Amino acid sequence: MKELLLIAVGSAIVNNVVLSQFLGICPFLGVSKKTDTAAGMGGAVIFVITIASLITSIIYKGILANPFLAEKGIDLTYLKTIVFILVIAALVQFVEMFLKKSIPALYQSLGVYLPLITTNCAVLGVALNAVTYEYSILETVVYGFATAVGFFIAIVLMAGLREKIEYNDIPKPFQGTASVLITAALMSIAFMGFSGMI
Amino acid sequence: MNKYVERLYNGIIKENPTFVLMLGMCPTLAVTSSAINGLGMGLSTTVVLILSNMIISAFRKVIPNGVRMPAYIVIVASLVTIVQFMMAAYLPSLSAALGVYIPLIVVNCIILGRAESYASKNDVVSSAFDGIGMGLGFTLGLTMIGLIREILGAGTAFNVALSELPGPTFGASGLSVIGLVIAVVAIVLLVLVALQIKKKGGNPLTTLGAVALGIVAVVGFIAFLGKAFTSMTIFIMAPGAFLVLAFLVAMMNIIRDQMEHKGTPLAKPSGCISGDCASCSMHGNCADEAAKSENQ
Repeated sequence: MKELLLIAVGSAIVNNVVLSQFLGICPFLGVSKKTDTAAGMGGAVIFVITIASLITSIIYKGILANPFLAEKGIDLTYLKTIVFILVIAALVQFVEMFLKKSIPALYQSLGVYLPLITTNCAVLGVALNAVTYEYSILETVVYGFATAVGFFIAIVLMAGLREKIEYNDIPKPFQGTASVLITAALMSIAFMGFSGMI
Repeated sequence: MNKYVERLYNGIIKENPTFVLMLGMCPTLAVTSSAINGLGMGLSTTVVLILSNMIISAFRKVIPNGVRMPAYIVIVASLVTIVQFMMAAYLPSLSAALGVYIPLIVVNCIILGRAESYASKNDVVSSAFDGIGMGLGFTLGLTMIGLIREILGAGTAFNVALSELPGPTFGASGLSVIGLVIAVVAIVLLVLVALQIKKKGGNPLTTLGAVALGIVAVVGFIAFLGKAFTSMTIFIMAPGAFLVLAFLVAMMNIIRDQMEHKGTPLAKPSGCISGDCASCSMHGNCADEAAKSENQ
């Protein structure tokens, strides 16, 4: 239990996925103009990463690194990058279709963001990192969920800041993305303060 | 101009993926904590890009339109796996430093972007040259950003400590003569280039030269200070990446403005920096959908 808590806090806050690992920069810069769209994107990322980390972890443990195959001298772990990216791409499509048919209300709020997530490097990054850290299936799910929560925190905070920055008088070359990146740098400095926690 | 040379010029200068198109920002931010890391990441991306461009171009008439994205991803992912294992075998320390960002080349916007916009429409040889040009352009970008961060953050360049230059020194804290000479020469040249740019207007090549001279001047100055220089560690940590990129974007905004006034506009940024993910996503319509939802 204590280990799970450490993984959760560590990946949500201390090693924030955007601000210290630079995964998922694209949606972080692109979809952070308004707080409610940022929250929608964050929600969709939490949904997809949690499911994707569960599925990729099951596939890795069950097929690629299966002890039964390993005994016979068959090592399929080298296929992980190819298998993970295909599984994630298919999964996002599937989740999109499933939500559209069965839970239209949720699709209304998350649907538009789902296609954006397919090639979001955070999803693949989480799946690959979990293999590197040798997490169990449960630990991988907790790690994936917490990482996505970290993304949610970062993008919603950024959107809140951007709504305020909008009305500031900024020199012309720094308008737009440049000022957003400076804001991100300051947020990143603030998040570095958490590194003493663990 | 020969069309192959034109491809190289296009990738390295005219549509430089880092400075002009602003593609592939995840690795740009993550691995540029030193010049060597930037160079290593750039070169491994280049290898993948050249091979994927060639393979996709060779199979462009065989791959059905409906499943082209999954097909491209399988090709790119296989190449990335090969590169990853080669690096782990022959360059273990670089491989450890780049870590998860090597397999993440799969989702790099540049590779799928070039596959979709160039390799799927052109013959194998021009696609290969397009890959070389774009790859070298990306390598140049990553190495320059890495160099700037390394110099400011650690006081080293390509792992060579600037404070330990050989040669005569003077003063109590050992100020280096060679450093002073380098700095002065670089600044004089920089002023000449700047005057030239002011007279004739800037172009990507002179700007690149000016930036390079600026880096050399800073190197000289830090070498001149020697032990008296305190490195600003923040630049090799996470916030420094955002800061350096912010100033880069601002500088490119100025250049973009000038080029537009001159009537020769630069290519528009097409990556995440422009706030749309069209080139990164497998769905071309994602940007419209995101824009639509933002307007609601």
